[in-house]
Amino acid sequence: MAGFREAQGDLRLENVTKAFSEFVAVDDLSLRVPRGSFFALLGPSGCGKTTTLRMVAGLEQPTSGRILIGDTDLTGSRSYERPVNTVFQSYALFPHLTIRDNVAFGPKRRGLKDAARLADEALELVQLPHLAARKPTQLSGGQQQRVAVARALVNRPEVLLLDEPLGALDLKLRRQMQVELKRIQTEVGLTFIHVTHDQEEAMTMADTVAVMNHGKIEQMGPPAQMYDLPLTAFVANFVGQSNLGEGQVVDTDGDFLVVDVSGSRVKILRRRSQVESGRLVFGVRPEKVRIHRNRPTGIGNDMQATVVDVSFSGVATQYLVTVASGATWSVYEQNLDVEPIDLQPGDRVWMSWDPSHAFAVPDAGAPITDGAVLSDVAPASVAPPIAPAPVDRP
Amino acid sequence: MSALAHAGGGGHAAPVGPPVERRGTWIPYLLLLPGALWLLLFFVVPLVQLFTVSLQSQYPGYPGYYYRDLNVGNYWSALTEFAPHFGRSLLFAGLATFFAFCLAYPLAYAMAFKAGKWRGLMMICVIAPFFTSFILRTIAWRQILSDEGPVASVLNTLHLLPGGHITETWMAVVAGLTYNFLPFMVLPIYASLERADPRVIEAGGDLYANGFTTFRTVTLPMSMPGVLAGTLLTFIPATGDYVNAELLGSDRSTKMVGNVIESQFFKVPGGYPTAAALSFTLMALILALVFVYVRKFGTEELL
Repeated sequence: MAGFREAQGDLRLENVTKAFSEFVAVDDLSLRVPRGSFFALLGPSGCGKTTTLRMVAGLEQPTSGRILIGDTDLTGSRSYERPVNTVFQSYALFPHLTIRDNVAFGPKRRGLKDAARLADEALELVQLPHLAARKPTQLSGGQQQRVAVARALVNRPEVLLLDEPLGALDLKLRRQMQVELKRIQTEVGLTFIHVTHDQEEAMTMADTVAVMNHGKIEQMGPPAQMYDLPLTAFVANFVGQSNLGEGQVVDTDGDFLVVDVSGSRVKILRRRSQVESGRLVFGVRPEKVRIHRNRPTGIGNDMQATVVDVSFSGVATQYLVTVASGATWSVYEQNLDVEPIDLQPGDRVWMSWDPSHAFAVPDAGAPITDGAVLSDVAPASVAPPIAPAPVDRP
Repeated sequence: MSALAHAGGGGHAAPVGPPVERRGTWIPYLLLLPGALWLLLFFVVPLVQLFTVSLQSQYPGYPGYYYRDLNVGNYWSALTEFAPHFGRSLLFAGLATFFAFCLAYPLAYAMAFKAGKWRGLMMICVIAPFFTSFILRTIAWRQILSDEGPVASVLNTLHLLPGGHITETWMAVVAGLTYNFLPFMVLPIYASLERADPRVIEAGGDLYANGFTTFRTVTLPMSMPGVLAGTLLTFIPATGDYVNAELLGSDRSTKMVGNVIESQFFKVPGGYPTAAALSFTLMALILALVFVYVRKFGTEELL
């Protein structure tokens, strides 16, 4: 096939910028995705993640920068010339073709003799061989999604791109497909790049997560590492929940920084702080905080607070409390004790946490949302799981 | 006893109650009524009337006077005498449909995918001719195609026009038919292209099909319902058309069935049964052709 470029190796983006007239969707992005890894691009709508994906697919050309697979420069080549396939958000199945012909489309275009057999094998992989003779409109959303995966996978692309492929599915089906996609990726060993705004989806599936915001990557790394130690306030907000507060470095104590957070002195491990002195944003995860009636001794950091709300969910209890600065924090207690502490709204309590669990990120000047940032509630309310996620293009 | 039985009967009926009246079931029929009456009065009745006329026989020696009959011979004589006109009708309509398709598809494609902010203006340009009478526009074409007009004079200068004329030839008739039915081809194709998900077309490119292959294997098949509707909307009225042949053609070699029917009805004394037989034959012919065509190229949406 004319123009087709064989390429093998890591996917590399070098200083890629994409501007749509005035709007810069992707800003000087550099990135390396190791061959065979499951990579997630996570970010809110309009952060440039889908534009990045479309540039890798060849559906958009970068304004500047280079896109390579291995040592082959793919910049400027058309989508049909690249060893890259996409699972579109809306699945984009060919409505006039049967499921088998949909899946066989790629192999046929590449002139493979056994296109039909390959298509059947790919349908086997997504467990839909019995639907091969149907048309796309006769399939449910979840089935269409699997066909879209099969249609891309059958080509054994060097890189498989998934553009919010689970956005239109309901929660249960989505969980099921997450497991399924992860299984397929392990089975075929291809590089998967998964674009999503669902942080939980990104964390459960990917080996490496890159959090994007305003066309740039804020932080990149394994999910657990990113959750444990966010490097920016945006990541602390977007990946999981964080209790954040503005603070001022007032002293040092060996390995620790001593920080004044609205009147309370707290300690932060130096290596867990991105800032050595001056103003910073202090943070601690809700499940790392313990709640007590009386001031605890010997734990490290503590702070007084007033209970605002108690919600019991069996396994755990979530408390909302107000701290001295007026901010609301969230505390997540596992119900390990036989006798619960039985708090009511209005009770004065003490919160404590291990100084090695806290983290500090630079104060970007942006106002911290008042109190506990319920970040995994906020994106969900923007895009409920059943509604198709907004396309993040201008 | 009888009073008791009566009371008992009433007591027994009470729990069942009167049958619940299902209100509103007659509303759809009421809404259908005006249209149905209109069709019955102005379509079904004239059609039956026309059919009876097509089988009438003439009083010998009294041209223009008929009696009720089952004279199937009318059909035979109409068909044998006017077979060339039938052929011409189908040929001209077929050519006009083909040319209209060739002109309309790129136009509809441009409107759907490339026009951007000009889309509205292009749409107006397609529809604007409807603001002028069909007859007037066809007469205007006679001016455009006339021997002294721009088209014929340029072609003559270049020696590209063998007969020296465009008007009074089949070319003018086909050109007129193509022009007059073009919007009926453009609009359905545009509608089907505009409905197509651009991601599906991108998916073609993503799956190794270059621009042309994507068009051939994805875009064109997806627009087939529009193409089918457009060709039917062009071919059917073009086959029965007589205005273009009348105004742009000649008396001899370009007459279509429509012209024959018109002259048999209004100009030839005693031509009523022939005209009616021709009309019915034309209708049956088109129905048969369309049926075969839709069976062959139709999608589930149309069948």
